[in-house]
Amino acid sequence: MTDMAASRPPFDRAALYRWLFLLLVAGFVAVPLIATLLGGFKSLGDLRTNPFGLPREWEWSNYGDILLSKRYWQMLWNSFVISSLTTIITLIVAAMAAFVFAHLRFFGSRMLLNYFTMGLLFPAATAILPLFIKVRDLGLLDTYFGVVLPQVAFALAMSILLFRRFFRDLPHELLEAALVDGCSYPRFFRFVTLPLSTPILATVGTITFVHSWNSYLLPLVMLNSDAMYPWPLGIMVYQGEFTADWHLILAFITLTILPTFLLFVLAQKHIVAGLTVGAVKG
Amino acid sequence: MSTTALGRAAASGKLTAVVLFLPPALLLFTLFVILPVGEAAWYSGFNWNGFGRPTNWIGFTNYEYVFEARAFGLALRNNFLIIVISLGIQLPLALTLAILLAEKFRGAVALRMLFFLPYVLAEVATGLIFSFVYDGDYGLLAGVWRFFGAEPPHLLASTQTSMLAILIVVVWKYFGFHMMLFIAALQGQDQHLVEAARIDGASRWQVLRHITIPLLYPTIRLSVFFAVVGSLQLFDLVMPLTRGGPADSSQTMVSFLYSHGVTRMRIGYGSAIGVILFVICVTFAVTYKRWFMRDD
Repeated sequence: MTDMAASRPPFDRAALYRWLFLLLVAGFVAVPLIATLLGGFKSLGDLRTNPFGLPREWEWSNYGDILLSKRYWQMLWNSFVISSLTTIITLIVAAMAAFVFAHLRFFGSRMLLNYFTMGLLFPAATAILPLFIKVRDLGLLDTYFGVVLPQVAFALAMSILLFRRFFRDLPHELLEAALVDGCSYPRFFRFVTLPLSTPILATVGTITFVHSWNSYLLPLVMLNSDAMYPWPLGIMVYQGEFTADWHLILAFITLTILPTFLLFVLAQKHIVAGLTVGAVKG
Repeated sequence: MSTTALGRAAASGKLTAVVLFLPPALLLFTLFVILPVGEAAWYSGFNWNGFGRPTNWIGFTNYEYVFEARAFGLALRNNFLIIVISLGIQLPLALTLAILLAEKFRGAVALRMLFFLPYVLAEVATGLIFSFVYDGDYGLLAGVWRFFGAEPPHLLASTQTSMLAILIVVVWKYFGFHMMLFIAALQGQDQHLVEAARIDGASRWQVLRHITIPLLYPTIRLSVFFAVVGSLQLFDLVMPLTRGGPADSSQTMVSFLYSHGVTRMRIGYGSAIGVILFVICVTFAVTYKRWFMRDD
């Protein structure tokens, strides 16, 4: 920052305003997050008199107690299972369907593709009650699959479109050569298409995983025992129990967003690419 | 198809591929996406609590109830407000930041990541963080107010301010996503035009006004589309902040559907709300694509 200013003319007003504006927005974004992290280290009284500053005494036990509790790990585990299953099934099912749409023409293939794109037009909320009835009638209420299968179904439209576009852009000569050599379509899919598709698998996998990890409405409707709750539900229950103990709630929030935060720092390129490329082809 | 063609197709596994690869997606999609929408339309004609089979056909009465409900009117108004704020404040903010941060300078990448971070966080966590920020006793806002010796407001507990508080969180949460879309588009732009214009003596502002922003129009149209679709389904953020209250003042269509349909197991009534939301979403998506996104 400082050496930037030094390399410019001393009274560059535009640069000054630009930095002021950027810092203002940075503060708007960062202050609530930092206050949440620090608030988890405070005592309740400290939090009340000193919401912005560093803790007067660092209460490590706020975080420690949560990390040692079973409920924290239980809900992270539930989220992990639900998101992993959703991601794996979505990748397999969507890639297979997209492969057919990318390479095979048959009566009605265009119509079927349009059928899937209808899924982009409306959110799961519109049909949440019939979905509930369906999941109940299938005996899947309060099971992981009661959440996973609808999530997969709603992720299919976007995933199929992204996969199809990628598969079509793979060199066409590969498929022709393979077919001449007597390789079948399923074998080609398994041994040529998939190994060449790691970038798009990573992208679609990231979108699906993040959406599932953060999702709230579907688990809220489909699950009814605390032991099955993924973390967005678990954290609401926790907040309900400790309504005014903000220092504990803040520690709990910090610890629950920690996995997302770590994942974001480690795989930011994938996540940014994943979440925005999903948008680019609407 | 002749027998030889059939034989060849079978040999290359074309038939196997279609028969093996399509059904799982087709089955899941039909069962959990398409059928439920149709069923919502069907159930919305009944007065039904979800047990047994629906038998009590009441025609369009559920829709009448929905449109007569004061809370639904508020929900529509609030969804509209969210759209207005998203388009009127969030997108210009995102665009400005994208133009500033698309240039290379020290700190630009870090700031981009910081601004994108809220989008990655779960809505529920975001909502809880801000219910702390707004808390009248322990929150950050209360701290600021107390610093100036004023009595802290309880933003979320007042029908006058609850929606305002939510709108601020909406901007906080989603502007980074739109900013990233714009940055991606800016970085894909051909710089020759800009250089040529600069050589011809165009000012920075003229370049921005007549070259950079017009080239961004397709992205802006896309961004508007996502902002509206996202605004229509806002729910997760509302629950930890206000649950639609107080007195339904911060209800959105989906939170109204949840609190008046799902929690009370009024399947018919809730389905009617779902159908209305469906019609709004599909009408918007189809018209918008036809009118504004033809050439993209």
